[in-house]
Amino acid sequence: MTRYDVAIIGGGVVGTAIGRELSRYKLRIAILEKEVELAFGVSKSNSGIIHPGTQHSPGSLKGRLCVEGNLLTRKLARELSIDFKEVGELIVAFNEDEYKRLLKLEKDARALVVPGLRIVDRAWLKKNEPNLSNEAMAALYAPTAGIISPYRWVYDFAENAVRNGVEIHAETKVENILFKKPDFEIISSRDNFLARYVINAAGLYADEISAMAGVNNFKIRPRKGEEFLLDKKKEDLTRHLLFPLPSKTSKGILVTRTSDGNPMIGPTAEEIEDKEDLSTTEDGLKKVLEGAKRLVPSINANDIIAYFAGLRPTAGDDFIIRHEDKVPGFLNVAGIQSPGLTAAPAIALMIVEILKNNGLEMKKKLVFHKHRKKEFHLFAIVPEKAKGLIQKDASYGDIVCRCEMVSAKEVREAIARGAKTMDGIKFRTRAQAGRCHGSFCTPRLMKLLSEEARMPLAGVTKRGPGSEIVKKERARG
Amino acid sequence: MIKKMTCIECPKGCTLSVDIENCKVAKVDGAKCPKGTAYAVSEAESPVRIFTATVMADGLNLKLVPVRTDKPIPKRDIFKAAEETGRMRIKAPLEAGDTIIENFLGLGVKLVATREATRLTGR
Amino acid sequence: MVKRDLVVVGGGPAGMAAVIAAHENGIRDILLIERDQYLGGLLNQCIHTGFGLDYFGELLTGPEYADRFIKKIRAIPDIEVSTRSFAVRLTGDRTLTYLKPGGIFTVRPKALIMATGCRERTREMIHIPGTRPAGIFSAGLAQRLINIEGLLPGKEAVIIGSGDIGLIMARRFILEGAKVKAIVEIQAKTRGLTRNVVQCVEDFGIPIYFNHKVLKIYGKNRVEKVTVAEVDEGMNEIAGTRTTIECDTVLVSVGLIPENELIEMAGVPIDKGMDSGIFVCGNSFKVYDYVDSVTSDSEKAGKLAAEYIKSAVS
Repeated sequence: MTRYDVAIIGGGVVGTAIGRELSRYKLRIAILEKEVELAFGVSKSNSGIIHPGTQHSPGSLKGRLCVEGNLLTRKLARELSIDFKEVGELIVAFNEDEYKRLLKLEKDARALVVPGLRIVDRAWLKKNEPNLSNEAMAALYAPTAGIISPYRWVYDFAENAVRNGVEIHAETKVENILFKKPDFEIISSRDNFLARYVINAAGLYADEISAMAGVNNFKIRPRKGEEFLLDKKKEDLTRHLLFPLPSKTSKGILVTRTSDGNPMIGPTAEEIEDKEDLSTTEDGLKKVLEGAKRLVPSINANDIIAYFAGLRPTAGDDFIIRHEDKVPGFLNVAGIQSPGLTAAPAIALMIVEILKNNGLEMKKKLVFHKHRKKEFHLFAIVPEKAKGLIQKDASYGDIVCRCEMVSAKEVREAIARGAKTMDGIKFRTRAQAGRCHGSFCTPRLMKLLSEEARMPLAGVTKRGPGSEIVKKERARG
Repeated sequence: MIKKMTCIECPKGCTLSVDIENCKVAKVDGAKCPKGTAYAVSEAESPVRIFTATVMADGLNLKLVPVRTDKPIPKRDIFKAAEETGRMRIKAPLEAGDTIIENFLGLGVKLVATREATRLTGR
Repeated sequence: MVKRDLVVVGGGPAGMAAVIAAHENGIRDILLIERDQYLGGLLNQCIHTGFGLDYFGELLTGPEYADRFIKKIRAIPDIEVSTRSFAVRLTGDRTLTYLKPGGIFTVRPKALIMATGCRERTREMIHIPGTRPAGIFSAGLAQRLINIEGLLPGKEAVIIGSGDIGLIMARRFILEGAKVKAIVEIQAKTRGLTRNVVQCVEDFGIPIYFNHKVLKIYGKNRVEKVTVAEVDEGMNEIAGTRTTIECDTVLVSVGLIPENELIEMAGVPIDKGMDSGIFVCGNSFKVYDYVDSVTSDSEKAGKLAAEYIKSAVS
C-alpha cells in the first residue's frame, strides 16, 4: 500500500487546484476521483463565470475567497495557458425598489474591496449593452468579472500538478476511511491508500466522505441548475455578463456566455434529493427563457443548441473549509457551490495555511514547473502561424469536427493528455459541442479514440463504463 | 374484399383500392399508371421487395460493401436474405453493378454490389 | 492566392451535378472540394433504393446514383477533385480558404458554387428534456454507423419523428437484428414518403404513433426509457395518455436544415448569385425530397455559373 502525505478526495476544480498548489512542496500527493475522468462531477456543469465578488456578505468566506480567487485566476490562467476573458458584469435593476437593493449590493461589494465598481445609468446601458431590455433603469457594473472554460481549468490544474509529481487515480471511488495511527487508510473501489492528511473535496458526496471519517456535522443538499446554450452565431448577443438582482437561493437567471463564445442562459435553482438527477425539464426551459428574455428580449428559443443540468453541492449559506479537530489530519472542503470556480485558487492557498497550522511540514521544492504548454486551436491563431503548424504537422489540416473546426491533431493531443471518453474529448477540444451535436464527427472521433487509446470501437464510451456509444461491432474477417 | 394500399413504385404514392376474391385480384382502382395496377396485383397475391444490405469486406478500402438484389425478392425471404448477407465476406475488388452471387438464395435474382470497392493500399 | 474559373464546395449529388453541368457549358478550369475521402456525400450511406426514378428513369440505391456521377467526373480531366478538403472561410468577394492534411489554401474563383448539403435537426433543437446519456443519435448518424462503419448503435430503439431517414433506419435496425419499439410522430401524419411507411414500417409491424410526443428521455449512462403522450392540436400533452417505453436507443428524425454557415459568413444572399458570383444549390439552397431534384437544381446552378464566368470574361 502506497503512503502519501496528502490524499485529496475529488478531482473537480477544488481538488485539482489544491493538488496543483500543494505540488510546490516536497510532499507525496494523490488525487482520488471516482469517475473515469476528472471534472466529470460538479465541475463539468459549471457556468464558467469568474465572479468579481458582488453578491456576498462582507463577512463570508465566499465573499473573501471570491475576490481573492478572481485576482489569483488571472495569474494562474497565464501560467497554465488557459483563456481567461475579462468581460465585466452588470447586475440590472428594473425599478426603484430594485435600485435600492442595488445600492446595498454595491455597499457590500465595496466592503469586500471588489475593484472598479460603479453604478451605470440607462444612457450608459443603451450605449454599452444595446440588446439589454429598455426596461432596465440602472446597473451595478463590475468590470473584473470574467469567463473561463471550467473543465479545461480542471484539466490544466491537473496536468500541471502531475508534471510536478502529483498522482491521479481515476475510477477510484472511496468506500471507507479508517484511522490507523499515524495514518488514514483509505479503502477504495480500486486500491487502498495510506495518507497522513486527507482533504475531502468530494463535491456532492462530501458529506458521505466526511461521515466515513467520523465527522457528521453537515449535509450536502443538491440544488439543480438547468442551463441552455445558444448557437455561437449569437456570440455578440451581449457584451457583458448580465445578472438580475439575486434572490435568497441563487443569482437568478443570467445571460452570460461561455469562454468558447456560446451565449448561455440559466441557471434554474431547484432543491432536490437525488444526487444523480441531471435531467432537464420542460418547466426549467420555460423559467429560463422567461428570465433571460426579461434581460434580453430578443433571445430566441430556436437558437438553443444544447442544454444540461448541474447540481450545486450546497451545505448551508457559506463554504465549509476547515480542519476537523475531532479527527486530526482530516480536512473538509465542502459546500463549494457558486462562486466555487472563482474561489478555487484562493481555497487552495487557504488549505496550505490550514495544513501548516496542523503540523504538516511544508518545504518548497527546488524546482517547481509553474508553466503549462499551450495547445493550439487552429482558428484562434493568426493564419500565418496556422500555416506553419499545418506544414509542421499535417494532421492539423485534417478537420474532424465541422461545427467547431477541430482537427485530428487536437483530438489526438487531447487523448494523449488524458481524454478517455467522448465527453473527455468534447470538454478538451469542443468536438461534438457545436450545432450538429456530433451527428457528423462521432464516427471519426470513435476511430481516433479507438486507435490512440487502443480500445475496440464497441468499447468507446460517452463518459465511462455503461455509456458505450454502440452495442456491437460486426465481426471482421 | 376491398383492400386499401399505397403504391410504392414511385414517390407519388397513389392510394389503391384492390378488390380481392379468393386470394386473386379482381379489380384495381386509383392507380395513375399501369405500374400501380401491377404493383397492386403483386402486393396482394405475392408481395415482393428489392433487398438491400451491406456485406463485410476484407482487405478492401471499404469496411462494408453495399449490395442489392437486381430484381425484387419475395417479402417473406427478406430476413433469410439479411442473414445470408450478414454471413458473407467480400475479398476481391469490385465495381458498382458487379455481380457477387449469380443466383442469390436460389431465388433467381442476382446479388450485386452498388459501390466500387478497391484493394486497400498503403499502411 | 490561386485563381480559378470555378470552385465548387461539396462533392455530394449537388456539387457533382454542378461541376458536370459547368463543364458541359464550356468551363474548363474547375476545382471540386470535398471534405470526405470519397465523392458521393450522404448518398454513400443511403444503401436503400429510391433514387433516380425521375432523373435516370431507374430505381437506384444511393451509392449507385452517386457512382454514375463519380464515373462521369473521372472521365473529365478538366475537373480537379480535392478530397479531404475542408472549406473554413468565405468572404463576399469569393475568397475561399480551405484546409487539407498538410496544407492551407486560398483560392479566388470567377464563380463559386456552394453545394454544402444539409444537416439534421437535433434533439436539442426540438427541446426534448431529460438526461443526456449515450444512445441518442440523429437518424443519419445511426445510418452511417450501421451502413459504413459496421457498428450497431442499439438493440431497442424508439424513433422520434417520421422523417424518411428515420423510417428507413427502422427497417435497417430490424434487419440488423435490433428491435424498434415505436415511431413517435407529433404531427397527424408522416413527414416521410408513403412508400417508406409501407416498406420500412408496415412490412415489419412497427407501431407508429401519430399525434404523440416524447416528453422526456431517461437514463444515467445509457438511454433507459422515454415517456410518451398524446398531444392536442396545440401540441400539448393530453392528460391521462402518458405511457413509458423502455429502450436503449433514441433515434431523432425530425427534419433537415440547409448547411449555410459559410455563406452566412460571406454575408451574401442564399440564391443563384448573379450579383456575387456565389451560387447556392441542392440541399444547401433548400431541402429537397428527392435527390433527382437536387441534381436538376444543381445542373441549373452549374449552367448559370458558366454563363456568369463567360460574361465576366467578355
